[in-house]
Amino acid sequence: MSVLILTDGSDASRQALTLARRFGDPVHAVHMDAVAPFAPDSLAAILQQVADELNAAAVFAAGTDRGNEVMARLAARAGLPLAANCVAVTPGAPAALTRLRWGGSLLEEARLHSPRPLITVAPHTVSIEEGPEPIDVDVARFVEELDERDLLVRASDHVAPQDGGVSLTTAKVIVSGGRGVGSKEGFAIIEELAGLLGAAVGCSRAVTSAGWRPHSDQVGQTGTKVAPEVYIACGISGATQHMAGLKGAKRILAINSDPQAPLMLNADYTVTGDLKEVVPAITAEIRKRT
Amino acid sequence: MRISACIKRVPITGGRILLTEDARAINTQHLGFTMSPHEECGVEEAVRLIEANKGDSVVLTLGPREAVEQLRDAMALGVDRGIHLQTDGREWDGEATATALVDAIRADEADHGRFDIIFFGNESADSGGFQVGIRVAYALGRACVTGLKKVTLQGASVRCEQEVEAGRDVYVVPLPAVLTVKEGLNLPRYPSVPGRMRARSKPVSVVTPIRPDPRLELVSLAVPAGQGRRAESLGSGAAAAPAVVELLRKAGVL
Ligand SMILES: Cc1cc2nc3c(=O)[nH]c(=O)nc-3n(C[C@H](O)[C@H](O)[C@H](O)COP(=O)(O)OP(=O)(O)OC[C@H]3O[C@@H](n4cnc5c(N)ncnc54)[C@H](O)[C@@H]3O)c2cc1C
Repeated sequence: MSVLILTDGSDASRQALTLARRFGDPVHAVHMDAVAPFAPDSLAAILQQVADELNAAAVFAAGTDRGNEVMARLAARAGLPLAANCVAVTPGAPAALTRLRWGGSLLEEARLHSPRPLITVAPHTVSIEEGPEPIDVDVARFVEELDERDLLVRASDHVAPQDGGVSLTTAKVIVSGGRGVGSKEGFAIIEELAGLLGAAVGCSRAVTSAGWRPHSDQVGQTGTKVAPEVYIACGISGATQHMAGLKGAKRILAINSDPQAPLMLNADYTVTGDLKEVVPAITAEIRKRT
Repeated sequence: MRISACIKRVPITGGRILLTEDARAINTQHLGFTMSPHEECGVEEAVRLIEANKGDSVVLTLGPREAVEQLRDAMALGVDRGIHLQTDGREWDGEATATALVDAIRADEADHGRFDIIFFGNESADSGGFQVGIRVAYALGRACVTGLKKVTLQGASVRCEQEVEAGRDVYVVPLPAVLTVKEGLNLPRYPSVPGRMRARSKPVSVVTPIRPDPRLELVSLAVPAGQGRRAESLGSGAAAAPAVVELLRKAGVL
């Protein structure tokens, strides 16, 4: 029996492909850019028709924003359940799977009771296995026959990112401040150290809620997920929702006056003390040496 | 104008998640609860739209008896009234949640008129199914745009900015629409004391939908193994600065 995958050619899609192969052979692929500009209802409509024609055993996609969105639309129109952000799946009736909750802070074992499992695979959680490449579906016929309604929601324009210095997602170093920084003005010492290191400035939700920094600086489950070489957390307690953004960080250095703060226990390196003394001292030490 | 926002009650888990003995839920005995940050932004946006355009705002939640607290929180921010789809506290999957919400929305619209916009969080904070808003939109036959960081009314349409990897994609869709939003859409106001007082006397209607057997069925939960970070102390206070700089040098970032 065949399987269908929605792919964008990324590593996340190859991870989805790795799990998709367990559900059947061959794997057929529809590409994320089959309809341009992006129109998620159209993609869902195409996936539904192709899955029906192939009598596909399952449909897979990467658990990216777009993957999850299109698969949810497919689930809604096909009247099927959807399991988002899975890290392991075993075919069967029901299918057995493990999926992420709380942005990855919790794992759920679940059963998916469905004649056609719809599954997205959480990025960066599955090791890519080599295997036969998927067969591209010729979508031209389906694109031609798209219903007007399915083109109503489409990306009609693009706004370029604001030029805001070093980006959190690509930064090699992030100097991040939490409630312990104390005020908007308190971030001056964080910014100074970040400037010296060519680092991005990050923060916790306590900081954005207080209006000290814009939400674009927030790290965590409902902020940005980061993957720097070094993450310096100053006055951040280390709530699970903050840690959910740090899974990709190579090294975490925590600076906190409370040695029992969760982040002090979950960091690679710690400095106990008042960040208002420690951070300027680090800045001065770097200046001294360069 | 009529606007509604759908929210979910979730525990504030703090630094470490503890599970119940049967490992089927989070042990919430000592925890507070909140609505997710995404949904709080949906509520704030609903309140702003009604402040600017006049009309009626409604907050809906499916959850246990205690979830009325989150309805009151939303009403303290300025929402006019609440609809509580009350459950016995068991888990509902995304499919069943959407079906129950559609019934409640249809019933409210039959009495009071159509909602111009229904806000959802892009995904719930706890189960993270990424689907309830989309399912509701399909069932109601309305346009749905997801993952929004900016929403602007343009006559009978709404202009939406969706966060993507490099910048934002723009969608313009006709009303009525279903919009799923992310934190950062706005900065929700802090509920005022009078706001909290008023919320206590705002109307909440209760319905008790029947829970179907979930087709995505939770079996058990587990806390993932730690990442094995070793928490090596570099010292305390300003005296630790040289050790920190040494670390930065070794990491190749200096
Ligand atoms: C659904 C949901 C999603 C969430 N998403 C996010 C998210 O994406 N990102 C996020 O960050 N949070 C998120 N949160 C909030 C999270 O639960 C915490 O409330 C938040 O991370 C706490 O921020 P904080 O560590 O800065 O503040 P606190 O928890 O108050 O910690 C402050 C820390 O600073 C230390 N400190 C104080 N003064 C000093 C000083 N002078 N020197 C050194 N240390 C000092 C204290 O010891 C303490 O450890 C979310 C919550 C929920 C419920």
